[in-house]
Amino acid sequence: MDDALISALFVFVLASFAGFEVINKVPPTLHTPLMSGANAISGIAVLGALIVAGDRSWDITVILGLVAVVLATINVVGGFLVTDRMLQMFKKKESKA
Amino acid sequence: MSEFLPTGIQLTYLVASALFFVGLKQLGSPATARKGNLVAAIAMLIAIVATLLDRQVLNYEMILVAIAIGSIIGAIAAQKVAMTAMPQMVGLFNGLGGAASALVAVGEFWHYFGSTAHAPLSSTITVLLGVLIGGVTLTGSLIAFAKLQGLISGSPILFPAQQIVNATLLGGFLVGSVYLAATAPSEPIFLALTAVSLILGVMFVIPIGGGDMPVVISLLNSFSGLAASAAGFVVSNNMLIIAGALVGASGIILTVIMCKGMNRSLTNVLFAGFGTGEGGGAPAAGGGSTGEKIVRQVGTEEGAMMLGYARSVVIVPGYGMAVAQAQHAVRELTDQLEKLGVEVKFAIHPVAGRMPGHMNVLLAEANVPYEQLCDMDDINPQFEQTDVALVIGANDVVNPAARTNSASPIYGMPILEVDKAKHAIVIKRSLSTGFAGVDNDLFYHDKTMMLFGSAKDMVAQLVSEVKQL
Repeated sequence: MDDALISALFVFVLASFAGFEVINKVPPTLHTPLMSGANAISGIAVLGALIVAGDRSWDITVILGLVAVVLATINVVGGFLVTDRMLQMFKKKESKA
Repeated sequence: MSEFLPTGIQLTYLVASALFFVGLKQLGSPATARKGNLVAAIAMLIAIVATLLDRQVLNYEMILVAIAIGSIIGAIAAQKVAMTAMPQMVGLFNGLGGAASALVAVGEFWHYFGSTAHAPLSSTITVLLGVLIGGVTLTGSLIAFAKLQGLISGSPILFPAQQIVNATLLGGFLVGSVYLAATAPSEPIFLALTAVSLILGVMFVIPIGGGDMPVVISLLNSFSGLAASAAGFVVSNNMLIIAGALVGASGIILTVIMCKGMNRSLTNVLFAGFGTGEGGGAPAAGGGSTGEKIVRQVGTEEGAMMLGYARSVVIVPGYGMAVAQAQHAVRELTDQLEKLGVEVKFAIHPVAGRMPGHMNVLLAEANVPYEQLCDMDDINPQFEQTDVALVIGANDVVNPAARTNSASPIYGMPILEVDKAKHAIVIKRSLSTGFAGVDNDLFYHDKTMMLFGSAKDMVAQLVSEVKQL
């Protein structure tokens, strides 16, 4: 196996462990926003899509890439906005007048 | 300049990755959650801009058009979606992310067709992984969406030899993969493998019942992250790998929490076809008291008196409240009761609703402050001092059989111990069983009063009756 793949595996495994540590112990109130926020982050596939779609010449790869850019952007933009919309609603008890 | 650019891009990715960690960390606490989401969004923006500077990216016009289209659709969807429909929305977004990752893998592999060059083994493997995970995420999410949206029945779809068919499909995928890796890239085989991935996604979700959707959505969320990681392996991009791994981890954490909330293993959720009514004999098998069960009914007037003159009330909302859109009426009832000096709390079961934390979002939308929402472990010891527990559209999560009847299919599931409260009022349309298909002993308890009707109407009537107290 080539070195690039090995070091990519290192990155993947360590990032997973770090992710577990960072996210563990989230209160149930925030489960839905956490999920939709994480969901928006999974739209990071847009970077791959940009690289694939970046070629000047028209071929199937570029077309697939462009479709992927559209889908991933919906995921990213929609995901972050809807998470913000939800979090906006979480309020502490307002002092009663 | 040009040789510094790749280094600059990589360093920018490093910053963006770190910001993702910061953002997710902040998303884990109510006080900083909104900021955390913003940090993550900024990290994403930085990463996208850095990628656009990549030397491989030349096709700017089309890419900007694609980004604009995606942004507009995404923004509209985020504005329009009702909070009750959040599970479907997240389900659909998961699918889109998975689809994008799969397309990246497919697109990347397409380079090898037509050329005589042998694809390196490592890229064949990563591409196939990307196609498999992305494809399963896409179609699995679409089926989950259809189930949640009510486009197809929420009950498990089972057919004979289902496991054998699935094993054959998976085996076929492996054999095809080995063949593809061993020979020159062949278009038909690659397309067939893609199709098998898509079918596997469908097969994966159809046998899972509607009430298990919190687990499925969490798992698909994790898959969408893993798909992005796989796409990262395909295009050798650490940013994708790291962000994908983060999402994968968060999805797995939520999946485990959801499974614990139902006291079932992940395998049981995925393969048991739970809630088919195979437990149809359960009412007879359960309880053991074959004698006539007495149900005590109560009207809204009497119910309002019980609530209004109580010292403490715990409201237990379930999916029925969400379906009836009763959360605003419930909030109004809370306000009225608090005016009378009643202490009101909400008891939230971990798997209430159709996705993790769904009830909390619905109640937050209705302006219930989050301090008033109690987790199961916090509220259970308090039920004994509670005058009235008001159950609105919840069933299995308050079934005492989970604690007492070892023959019950839900035995061992952690429940909200409503039966320990001094009185319980249950708002429900009928005595029908919940998702698990099990009769609920709580309804026949001598301290339980049933208030039959739709959650919204009944709560609204309670509000007007309480106002008159």
